[in-house]
Amino acid sequence: MNTPANLKYTKSDEWFDPQSGAMGLTDYAQSQLSDIVFIELLVEAGDTIEAGKPIASVESVKASAEIYASAGGKVAAVNKALSDKPETLNSDPFGEGWMVKVEGGKTGEVMDAAEYVAYCESRAH
Amino acid sequence: MTYIPISPTERDAMLKTIGVKSLDDLFKDVPAKHRFPELDLPPALTEMEAAQELQELSDSNESTRDLVSFLGAGAYNHYIPAVIDHILRRGEFYTAYTPYQPEISQGTLQSIFEYQSLMCALTGMELSNASHYDGATAAAEAVNLAWAQFRGKRTKVVVPPSVHPQYRAVIRTYTQGMGVEIAGDDPSSVSSDQSSVISYQLSVNSLEALIDENTSLVIVQYPDFFGRIYDYTKLIQAAHEKGALVCVAANPTALAMLKTPGDMGADMVVGDGQPLGIPMWYGGPTLGFFTTKKAYVHKMAGRLVGETVDNRGQRCYVLTLTAREQHIKRERATSNICSNQGLLALGAAIYMSVLGKSGMKQVADLCYQKAHYAAEQLSQVPGYSLCFNDPFFHEFALCCPKPAAEINEHLLEHGILGGYDLGQDYPSLPNHLLVAVTEMNSKEEIDLLVETLAEVSHD
Repeated sequence: MNTPANLKYTKSDEWFDPQSGAMGLTDYAQSQLSDIVFIELLVEAGDTIEAGKPIASVESVKASAEIYASAGGKVAAVNKALSDKPETLNSDPFGEGWMVKVEGGKTGEVMDAAEYVAYCESRAH
Repeated sequence: MTYIPISPTERDAMLKTIGVKSLDDLFKDVPAKHRFPELDLPPALTEMEAAQELQELSDSNESTRDLVSFLGAGAYNHYIPAVIDHILRRGEFYTAYTPYQPEISQGTLQSIFEYQSLMCALTGMELSNASHYDGATAAAEAVNLAWAQFRGKRTKVVVPPSVHPQYRAVIRTYTQGMGVEIAGDDPSSVSSDQSSVISYQLSVNSLEALIDENTSLVIVQYPDFFGRIYDYTKLIQAAHEKGALVCVAANPTALAMLKTPGDMGADMVVGDGQPLGIPMWYGGPTLGFFTTKKAYVHKMAGRLVGETVDNRGQRCYVLTLTAREQHIKRERATSNICSNQGLLALGAAIYMSVLGKSGMKQVADLCYQKAHYAAEQLSQVPGYSLCFNDPFFHEFALCCPKPAAEINEHLLEHGILGGYDLGQDYPSLPNHLLVAVTEMNSKEEIDLLVETLAEVSHD
């Protein structure tokens, strides 16, 4: 499981990059979902979003999940390329798999990488 | 497996498990006088007597086997090849419900896949679901798709009164409490004054004016409820310019000979599959078909069968894209429909297969020619005229000299099931009869209708 140290993490398995303002779903989340076949982005550039509100809906071959904003702010960009290649969310969740970028990102309750690793391990069975 | 569901040994084991000595002990909490209440039933009949009584009850029905029928309005009297029933009654198909543990039932999945493929070809669309219960609910699912596509941000649905009244009623039922606004749905706006026959072009123009940036969906019928054929290409373009989707509710028989809604640019094509080898059955059950473009598959209701290969490279079938369905996506799913009309979808697939492309066209052509012969003859009877000048398929509205209900009563006395009394749904059309003609109607039957109607006008 990959958990880059420079990112912040939510309990609902999203990441946030304070540097770039980008957010997406974590490596742990994509491995739990398995092959992702569809993503619908629920916000557009220019929208103002709040941490904890849905920004996307994804479907894998066996599950469906809402993705929540890991930080609030004004949406600077959305990654429309994902709609044509949702499998990017599996192959590169922290890179090309970014979903939304915000300006002045204001996070809610987040964890650092070490805390998130511990959180994921606590859920393993 | 034994036929008897429970043996004395099994019963004793069950009683022992729950700690009861006998069946009487099990029911001892029910007061004795209520255990076997006396039922007020007539004396028992023998099997022979019962069969006779049921036959007598059944004989008091009058069906299209006994009467000459010109009744349509959504359910049509077509010839049903014997092979359909023969295959449907095979136990492997007859007892099966929608596949909930699907991949074990490869035959069922294959039959649904073939049904889907045939529906795509007929409607000119890219994708079909495994079917719905009837045309009206399929149309309502089109509203759900459009609602989900715009995530509830576009609240208006434009549905003209030329869409089947029952479809419109079901759409209203489905959308109760959703915040959907139905526009253009005013039956009194349909008129057919002899002096000013409204052309369909005009009503389509007024429809176009209702489409705006808040419109999620426009639903039109093809041929429309009055049987009229109209090329919706321009209307669909206009709707797309406003960003709205368009659903065409179509008659599958007509699609065999007409330009497909897919060619007109429709986003969804729905309808009732009853004309595809399904009896009229006093009103149902029928089959709802739903086809769309790949772009909307994730918002589509119902089940979807796909073709793939197994781990040995063999062709096989699976239920695909199920994560969009309610049993996985829960309240975020487009629809709560995870079922289909499996047996009748198979019936429709068999019908289309045995008739083939040319057979389907032949049925459509016979319907068209016979309906046009009937219309021509009827419009020459004094007092009667066609309500509309537009091109039509196998059904047309006839303006009569008397209330349609009275006309139908007279026809029934002569063994003819007349047309549909349009006054039931359109108060402005009390003297208007919707007449359907199919390949089942002979020239003699049509001539009999003409003669009998001529008598009525003399009364």
